[in-house]
Amino acid sequence: MTVPLTLLGLLEREPSHGYDLKRDYDTFFGRGKPLPYGQVYSTLSRLARDGKVVVGDVAPGAGPDRKRYVITDVGATEVEHWLTEPVEPEPHLQTLLFTKVVLALMLDRPAEEYLDTQRAAHLRRMRELTEIKRSGELVDVMLADHGLYHLEADLRWIETTGARLDALREAVRP
Amino acid sequence: MSPMIEARDVTYAFGETPALRGANLAVAAGEVVAVMGPSGSGKSTLLHCLAGILRPDSGEVRFDGTRIDTLGEADRSALRRDSFGFVFQFGQLVPELTAAENVALPLLLRGVRRTPALRAARGWFERLGLAGMEHRRSGELSGGQAQRVALARGLVAEPRVLFADEPTGALDSLTGEEVMTLLVDAAREKGTTVVLVTHEARIAAYADREVMVRDGRVNAPAGVAS
Repeated sequence: MTVPLTLLGLLEREPSHGYDLKRDYDTFFGRGKPLPYGQVYSTLSRLARDGKVVVGDVAPGAGPDRKRYVITDVGATEVEHWLTEPVEPEPHLQTLLFTKVVLALMLDRPAEEYLDTQRAAHLRRMRELTEIKRSGELVDVMLADHGLYHLEADLRWIETTGARLDALREAVRP
Repeated sequence: MSPMIEARDVTYAFGETPALRGANLAVAAGEVVAVMGPSGSGKSTLLHCLAGILRPDSGEVRFDGTRIDTLGEADRSALRRDSFGFVFQFGQLVPELTAAENVALPLLLRGVRRTPALRAARGWFERLGLAGMEHRRSGELSGGQAQRVALARGLVAEPRVLFADEPTGALDSLTGEEVMTLLVDAAREKGTTVVLVTHEARIAAYADREVMVRDGRVNAPAGVAS
């Protein structure tokens, strides 16, 4: 689910060719796992079918593809909704949160507010787990502890990222 | 209903360095609120202003609807003694006194006679897992035991507001959680309002809600008024 939304987010910066989208995706989000061309084009086709992008003018660009994709209002609304909504608090979210933060900075959206919303969602879940610890059996306590420590790791990442937003903005914006 | 303790547009500076830049926070009676934020964000300064330890440069602090930032030092001192309890990061027990005498201190300062004050103090020891340690001095207590004594001292006089500044900061995680469980259980039982300053999410998770202090201002989570 992240790849279509990430490509949509990249398209919100500016209309792009599939080749450019793949290059930017690999640069910022690939982390050693480049997006196959086939997936880029099949994703763009689905986004076009669903009315989230349209094919704009055919213009020269790098690579064999000449189609330039343009995000629609429907697509932009979906990106906005996705960025604003906190991710369901569960362990190992760094990749998804990282993608959201970088895209938010690229699109000049309030990344700090998104991090605050995410922090609140995490703390809500941590309160639930803490309540389980206060009233549960030892096994429940230990399971809750496991969740709490992982959520805490996410939160530390959120704090550190919040403190580095200015530098990160510089790094991801032209 | 007015909040139990409230800061309105509070500013405070240490010399030329601003610590609070218009902080707002309202805590309802019986509520346990965690004040979070990075080092130097102003969260401890906010606690000190709410507790009448510091007088804000501007803005208002209200306790049960009444302004306390306009009170003189003597009146604020009386307020702290009669209505507030405190727990700090490093217990800050008086080393010359026994554990029971340390717990009894707030009652003695209020004028309670020594015998009933010590009796009330000793009542806390079993509950906090400290039975038999009443006569120990702080040097004979572990960090966790000393902090539980400090917690008993903060609660013995049944304050209306307990201010806890990083109360588990010097403890290992398991001991810290034991102290927090005791703190929250005691506060809920008595309906004590708690303002808990912490930078640890797992400690903040014991509170009813959290607020973030950043650059001297309070940010409440989305949808929650501060």
